[in-house]
Amino acid sequence: MEQAQIPIGMLLQKAVKIRTDILEMVAEAKSGHPGGSLSAVEILVSLFFYKMHHDPKRPDWPDRDRFVLSKGHAAPVLFSTLAEAGYFPVSELKTLRKMNSRLQGHPDNRIPGVEFPGGSLGIGLSAAIGMALAAKLNKKDYRVYALLGDGELDEGETWEAAMAAPKFKLDNLTAIIDRNGIQQDGLTEQIMPKEPLGYKWKAFNWHVLEVDGFDFRQVVDALDKAENMRNRPTVIIAHTVKGKGVSFMEWDPAYHGKAPDKDTVRKLVETMRQE
Amino acid sequence: MRDAYAEALLELGAKDHRIVVLGADTSVSIKTSLFADRFPDRFFNVGIAEANMIGIASGLALAGKIPFVSTYSAFVPGKCLDQIRNAVAYPNLNVKIVSSHGGLTVGPDGASHQTVEDVAAMRAIPRMNVVVPADAPATKVLVGLASETPGPFYIRLSRPSMPNVYSSSPDLQIGRFKLLREGSDIALIACGTMVNEAMEAADVMSKERISAAVVDSHTVKPIDTEGIIDIAKKTGAIVTAEENNILGGLGSAVAETVSEHYPVHVARIGVRDTFGESGEHAELMAKYGLTSREIVRASKTLISAR
Repeated sequence: MEQAQIPIGMLLQKAVKIRTDILEMVAEAKSGHPGGSLSAVEILVSLFFYKMHHDPKRPDWPDRDRFVLSKGHAAPVLFSTLAEAGYFPVSELKTLRKMNSRLQGHPDNRIPGVEFPGGSLGIGLSAAIGMALAAKLNKKDYRVYALLGDGELDEGETWEAAMAAPKFKLDNLTAIIDRNGIQQDGLTEQIMPKEPLGYKWKAFNWHVLEVDGFDFRQVVDALDKAENMRNRPTVIIAHTVKGKGVSFMEWDPAYHGKAPDKDTVRKLVETMRQE
Repeated sequence: MRDAYAEALLELGAKDHRIVVLGADTSVSIKTSLFADRFPDRFFNVGIAEANMIGIASGLALAGKIPFVSTYSAFVPGKCLDQIRNAVAYPNLNVKIVSSHGGLTVGPDGASHQTVEDVAAMRAIPRMNVVVPADAPATKVLVGLASETPGPFYIRLSRPSMPNVYSSSPDLQIGRFKLLREGSDIALIACGTMVNEAMEAADVMSKERISAAVVDSHTVKPIDTEGIIDIAKKTGAIVTAEENNILGGLGSAVAETVSEHYPVHVARIGVRDTFGESGEHAELMAKYGLTSREIVRASKTLISAR
């Protein structure tokens, strides 16, 4: 029923814009993490332009839904999404990683719309639990979303948090795993196997959903299902591709933390806009 | 001290609904379970998962709560430098870390459960306030002040019930040391359990006509720079005393302050860069030189060198 109302065209347009912004800002900064930013574009677009109740003019609105980017190295996708949503001027994106810019290499609370300084991996889900607990205490109905990398799941604190959220019956919490299969040193299943990933979260008493992380209908549908779940937190394992949208970056661990040069990006962006 | 902390939490919890308390399976021992009994909705036991506890506190603070996080100091901060740094101090959150069993006070449990590095580690984190109360009445006052003062705090409590330095609720301020005794020959600047030892040392020296000032430097960070310069001018020599490694704690803070502003000789009483061991608290204090006798000895050495 709800699916009929999904503004797919608008979401697709936002995704193209954000993807090109990511490439341009990383090229301008000459450093940053394009791979894990490009894999999460549709997830952030689904949240900020469809699912979340938020108001860019009032970033401190107490009833807003919260988004925690635990995989903070994907700051470019967060910043470009926030700018596109109107939290700060899009022109500011080109100051990423530069002296005196608010746009630090990893998220910083100084930036309107940034809820938590993720980046040191493994800590974001815990903070999201704290926000969700506060909502329950305050009898507020805001929801909390945390985006985790799959590489970051190696961190023990993630599993401490995974154990805690069902204890507190945090049905207002949705974790999303950007399952792009690559971490800095190589393939996740070679560096430290995560599978069977869904079973792990099920065993920790989470409501588990798996989706194609580039299919807006699937992502949005899962976010809706998570909201309708009672007494349990939901984890959405979003199957994605690192470097999505740039053929030579896809599935290449080298582009975890390497910026393409400006000329390459100019051509890429032209092609993306035409498509 | 734990009783005083528990009492402070009950009073604060009744006054301010933003106060929440987190425990890591040590809440009966630390007596935060009293808060849990009174305010069950505002107490969260996260199990033996200290890193997660700090992260959850961070989220609660971001949503406007004032979380008090407590376990043994060997575990918080011991196991959570990253979480304290990135999830609490960097975003400048209103998280109050109150840990017990600091220093050698856990005694028989041995070095794995003792802490000699926590004060220095917390002091080195930007934005973190570091407080080491001398006794139960000071604990109650300082916990209250920390809850009223925005920003991250590390408050380090000790385990044994020691003789009180203060008879009733003392008038203390965060960042200002408390002059307990005037003196002109030497200044004894101490924190935590060593304040009591410093008072004893001053008594001993007064019988030998040595006039020792005694200061409770309960706030190790921000250190009371003006107060230290002032007392350095008055006495010309300083002995610091702390139940902590001499590297990076109160002694370091005092030595850094006088060497930059008003150089005088400083001797540091503390654990001399070694781990502790099992033993009764008093035995350990004697073995590692954390006694009034050592403070007297160091004072006389400084005075005679003048």
